[in-house]
Amino acid sequence: MSITRRDTLALGLGAAALTILPFRLSAATEDAIAAFTGGADVADGGVDLTAPEIAENGNTVPIAVSAEGAAAILVLAAGNPTPGVAEFKFGPLAGSHSASTRIRLAGTQDVVAIAKMADGSFARASKTVKVTIGGCGG
Amino acid sequence: MASAALVGASGFGNWARLAAQQALTQDQLLEFDTFGNVSLIHVTDIHAQLKPIYFREPSINLGVGGNKGEVPHITGAEFRARYGIKDGSPSHYALSSGDFASLAKGYGRVGGLDRVATVINAIRADRPDALLLDGGDTWHGSYTCHHTEGQDMVNVMNALKPDAMTFHWEFTLGSARVNELVESLPYAALGQNIFDAEWDEPAELFKPYEWFERGGAKIAVIGQAFPYMPIANPGWMFPEYSFGIRDEHMQAMVDEVRAQGADLVVCLSHNGFDVDKAMAGKVTGIDVILSGHTHDALPEPVQVGQTFIIASGSNGKFVSRVDLDVRDGRMMGLRHKLIPIFSDVITPDAQIAKLIDDQRAPYEAALREVIGQTESTLYRRGNFNGTWDDLICDALLSERDAQIAMSPGVRWGPSLVPGDDITREDLWNVTSMSYPNAYRTEMTGEFIKIILEDVADNIFNPDPYYQQGGDMVRIGGMAYAIDISKPQGSRISDMTLMSSGEAIDPSKTYTVAGWASVNEGTEGPPIWDVVENHIRKMGTVTVDETNTVKVTGL
Repeated sequence: MSITRRDTLALGLGAAALTILPFRLSAATEDAIAAFTGGADVADGGVDLTAPEIAENGNTVPIAVSAEGAAAILVLAAGNPTPGVAEFKFGPLAGSHSASTRIRLAGTQDVVAIAKMADGSFARASKTVKVTIGGCGG
Repeated sequence: MASAALVGASGFGNWARLAAQQALTQDQLLEFDTFGNVSLIHVTDIHAQLKPIYFREPSINLGVGGNKGEVPHITGAEFRARYGIKDGSPSHYALSSGDFASLAKGYGRVGGLDRVATVINAIRADRPDALLLDGGDTWHGSYTCHHTEGQDMVNVMNALKPDAMTFHWEFTLGSARVNELVESLPYAALGQNIFDAEWDEPAELFKPYEWFERGGAKIAVIGQAFPYMPIANPGWMFPEYSFGIRDEHMQAMVDEVRAQGADLVVCLSHNGFDVDKAMAGKVTGIDVILSGHTHDALPEPVQVGQTFIIASGSNGKFVSRVDLDVRDGRMMGLRHKLIPIFSDVITPDAQIAKLIDDQRAPYEAALREVIGQTESTLYRRGNFNGTWDDLICDALLSERDAQIAMSPGVRWGPSLVPGDDITREDLWNVTSMSYPNAYRTEMTGEFIKIILEDVADNIFNPDPYYQQGGDMVRIGGMAYAIDISKPQGSRISDMTLMSSGEAIDPSKTYTVAGWASVNEGTEGPPIWDVVENHIRKMGTVTVDETNTVKVTGL
């Protein structure tokens, strides 16, 4: 028995996206942050970002964000060709300032969340999510 | 809590000293001054080894980042010096590498669940309500386990009466079979990080924790399954489930059980040792982590903050006993002993021995069939290679007519010593799995490098949360250099095709044979047939220690 050409391609598929090494903040990401904050200072902390360390499936990665007292939270996939994921807005009567969704990641990269607080200040959190070929589990 | 005193109370010194006497008895192995009011018994990563086996510990087990030079990342003579273990002693043989073949002749095989049963019964004689906790990787790893889809292990473990279990390779039986077996268990199946993949909510079948009342204390045992199941193993076999470390959820569970009055919080974990250490630094309120997955055997607990981490080895080679003094809503003291299961010293429990033989009886002829002999020690553990894997890679190169072979860096699989027959059972002990197909394909030099870089980051990423707990993929037919201190993408260099002596060309295509692909639909003969054919042709196997991986950045 030997593997067909088609199978060979399938075997390599999972890894194809990995030819590009871990992404850092792209110009598009910087621009999106600047547009959201208007260039204001952004403090580290004050926003919770939950994401897996290693994606089980890079095509649908569950993430959650929350920030007490936030008016809006911007979520970016810093290494995607188009970094914008979502902007969640919370009105003054919002019972909870949290949201969750699933996002698609082109490869290992940082997911960034920027919260705009009611007082106009900004907070950020980021987390590296690895997208890997897999295999070889002890 | 008097932390320093707690570590000092480890029972390790007792059997290390026996070394000098060279006279090992069952009573000495079991000797323990019962302490406090609660006893935990930990077994983990048995990998379906019902019978005594040889198991050589690694010579190379490198730590990176904050774990560089820390246990369990020291081996051989350095490990013995760290714990004051005498060369040639039983502890040397049980816990470290070096002189393995000659010590194996003297001290014999280790493990066997009938011997483990004797140890458990002895602990229960001291403390009848001791909790027996199984860290998982139990229903995988042998001929009989494969053919009974885990039933042999379930039958024997049930007779040992565990109180709870968590999981890893069990899921490679496929979710339908795992669900069926879990539903049949008379004890708790735990995993706070086992989620429903569709709804990203805790899976119904696996409880996050179980309550026990022991010695007047309210004990919560929280399960932590292997976090990277669908990544390290074929996710298509259990698509309904999602995993991950989920330390925020772990903290929520700890807070929940503490709020409900837990006097003691135990985490039964299949994270792997370094991930457990990292998690213990982030999650507060866990008293004891019973650590599995990375197959480390440590004679003393490792303390992180107020959490004690116990590592109990693999393949049935050890049982950990942990006695705890739990009073006034907290853990006040701990006494621990890693009990090595010397199979010639510990008397098998007759009832369990018979039960094991009953499981094996239908397969006995196939198990015993001699495939060949070995003149070399065959072992697997080590970050980069082992002689078993060298032999498997040789088999792939010759039987599948390939230029390069790849064998997964799993950590299970017992050893053989020079002069041993290689039986079908031995062969299956190092190859059996539910995705065994030995593929043959073409890969470019560039793609081979991507694979090596990807796997290397799963073991040498300085953040343990990005490590999956396996070893480096084993390579046949190709040499390479690795600088473990570099980031992903720049660790691997000097890839050389050994048959021609030429450097691997990124744009050129090479024929590659391998097994254990996580991709659905992988074709090829099962690896055990490939290796059996190879060994039969060789008759007697000799495997020289290879030197094809140059390691720097230590």
